[in-house]
Amino acid sequence: MRTIKFLLQKEFRQIFRNRAILMLILVMPVMQLIILPLAADYEIKNINLSVVDHDHSPYSRQLISKVTASGYFRLQGYHASLKAAYGFIEQDRADLVLEIPQGFERNLVREGEQPLFIAINAINGAKAGLGGAYLADIIRDYNQDIRVAQVEPTRFGTSPSIEVVTSNRFNPLLNYQFFMVPGILAILLTMVGGFLSALNIVKEKEVGTIEQINVTPIKKHHFILGKLIPFWILGNVVFTLGLLVSWIIYGIFPQGNILAMYGFVWVYLLAVLGFGLLISTYTDTQQQAMFIMFFFMMVFILMGGLFTSIDSMPGWAQVLSALNPVSYLVEVMRMIILKGSGWAAILPHLGAILGFAVVLNGWAIWNYRKIR
Amino acid sequence: MECFTNWHGEQKEGIKMKQFATFVKKEFFHVLRDRRTLLILIGMPIAQILIFGFALTNEVKNAQIAVIDQAKDRASQHLINRIAASSYFEIQEDVLDRDRMETAFRAGGIKLALIFPANFGNDLAHQNHAQVQVIADASDPNSATTLTNYVSSIIRDYQMELNEQVALPYQITPQIRMLYNPQLKGAPNFVPGVIALVLMLVSVMMTAISIVREKETGTMEVLLVSPFKPVWVILSKAVPYLLLSLVNVLSIVLMSVFVLQIPVEGSWLLLFAESALFIVTCLTLGIFISIKTKTQQVAMLVSLMGMLLPTVMFSGFMFPIENMPVFLQWISNIVPAKWFYSIVKSIMIKGVGMEGVWKETLILCGITVFLFVVSLKSFKIRLE
Repeated sequence: MRTIKFLLQKEFRQIFRNRAILMLILVMPVMQLIILPLAADYEIKNINLSVVDHDHSPYSRQLISKVTASGYFRLQGYHASLKAAYGFIEQDRADLVLEIPQGFERNLVREGEQPLFIAINAINGAKAGLGGAYLADIIRDYNQDIRVAQVEPTRFGTSPSIEVVTSNRFNPLLNYQFFMVPGILAILLTMVGGFLSALNIVKEKEVGTIEQINVTPIKKHHFILGKLIPFWILGNVVFTLGLLVSWIIYGIFPQGNILAMYGFVWVYLLAVLGFGLLISTYTDTQQQAMFIMFFFMMVFILMGGLFTSIDSMPGWAQVLSALNPVSYLVEVMRMIILKGSGWAAILPHLGAILGFAVVLNGWAIWNYRKIR
Repeated sequence: MECFTNWHGEQKEGIKMKQFATFVKKEFFHVLRDRRTLLILIGMPIAQILIFGFALTNEVKNAQIAVIDQAKDRASQHLINRIAASSYFEIQEDVLDRDRMETAFRAGGIKLALIFPANFGNDLAHQNHAQVQVIADASDPNSATTLTNYVSSIIRDYQMELNEQVALPYQITPQIRMLYNPQLKGAPNFVPGVIALVLMLVSVMMTAISIVREKETGTMEVLLVSPFKPVWVILSKAVPYLLLSLVNVLSIVLMSVFVLQIPVEGSWLLLFAESALFIVTCLTLGIFISIKTKTQQVAMLVSLMGMLLPTVMFSGFMFPIENMPVFLQWISNIVPAKWFYSIVKSIMIKGVGMEGVWKETLILCGITVFLFVVSLKSFKIRLE
């Protein structure tokens, strides 16, 4: 115990001595947590619309005003030809072109049927799909209005209709920040823990101080513990700061068991720190450690289920994500903060992370021993 | 020294070039000697583009849903079969009542539940009006809206079919055409984004760290007392990384064309020229960071922790920039990856030429010049 106490004293002194790093790991996550969720609004709105109206009839004008009044579309301008409108799409000034053919009103009344032409910039497939669906909905509504105006309602009122009643659980107003804030906090926590621990032992190697520690009677697990504990404490500080920020700024307070959340984060930090240490035992220079950690961090973060859904990934990627600690943390944070879950619901996740922690730390200690 | 060069003014340039070449050679040795790092630097972008290119998509597929059928009649069965047949949904067979549904929602087992009331088919047949309840897990608002939309459109299709016997007057049929990406895949949107992201982070980090490293190990001092101008010392450090990054661009683009099947619609030459410009921007940013920081740890924390998430979010490939508050839209303008993403998207997917990307190109040039001048101003020849 005494050895660990002295080691901790040394580590803490080194951490507090380097003010730049301390500021970075405390201030940067908080800043990002304050700013980034504001940028993460995925709601499909503000679809830029270009209109090519060949008809210029009351009907076509009604349709256009109905589309622009819906709130999803922003009218960017009228074009004389489809080609000019495509140019707008090419320059990214329009996402969607609505072309109303000549004689739209006349032919609709005479022949009872008319096509409308819609072209969508589909590079972002999800946005295009939803945009198209919204527009089709509006056109259908408009179609219904015309029928009501033209024909007595009884003639088609007999057709069967199914009403879809939707409700949104856990986040009825579809507030995107409720979704992003816990996720971003999870990622920041992972980065703080992972990067710091990955760099630490390898720095001692690079500077040469590890030799001095090797000739002292310090036990290996004492040394590793001495490295883990300070970062574990720092990780908890960052996490608590993050929770405060999301409560004060975004009004997000965990609905579920806070103790369960902390319990999970404690084990999670052990796993992430263990991973950092493992990398640090395999590399010779800080540069190598950084690049390797960077690689894994990017994979963990982008595939962690925060930005894109894991269910939509191909099978092999879903298997990979079972090995990705970030995906567990993101899910647990959402479960506890938004859905109000408790110990029972997170138990499988906790078990998995505990497994990670044991394996990674065990591996790190074993490999560190081998170098000696 | 001054008068020596004045006397031999013509030789001055020659000597300078030779010195520069020597320094560049030295840097190449540095990079090539550390095989492990070199392997990481070349292999990493390839691995990342492959993983992200295949796995990142905002398409919704195989979402787990629950169906609670209290009606169990022909109409409800018909609809359930339809939903089961679509690739968007996977029905969880074991969630059959509201209690189970509640637990499944909480545990994250299902994303959406569909509830048919007991007299669904009856209502539909006799009153011509029936209700279906759709409950979505909106803790992820995006997938909630998308899934709800898919379910509604399947139900609407079914309803249209029921209506087919009754010919409707005044029918407007929208013909929708999806440009550039008819199958609405995720890759055409994500691949250019990942290219910008990976290139940016790798280039910035490489330069930032390698220069700070010399500061930290003390060899910078040796370089600074050499008769060579310090600016050239720094520039010579950037040359090997410029070449390395160009190799990375080539491998990344080849991967996206041949493995991810995203062809380059526009000019390859233009794509490479723009990439080279973007790399220079990133290297300059790396140099700037390295001048401002003292240790590798700080340089790394700044270039990774400080830049990873902001680059992901502000480059526009994950979240639409037009939805952001105005001051964040301003911030997004100083993120080089945003402009490069737009360039790559235009050249690779839309196939436009210089006339479509000159604005972005000019902005990247501007950012580079700005960073270079600021770095030059804040570069200190003397160590503290």
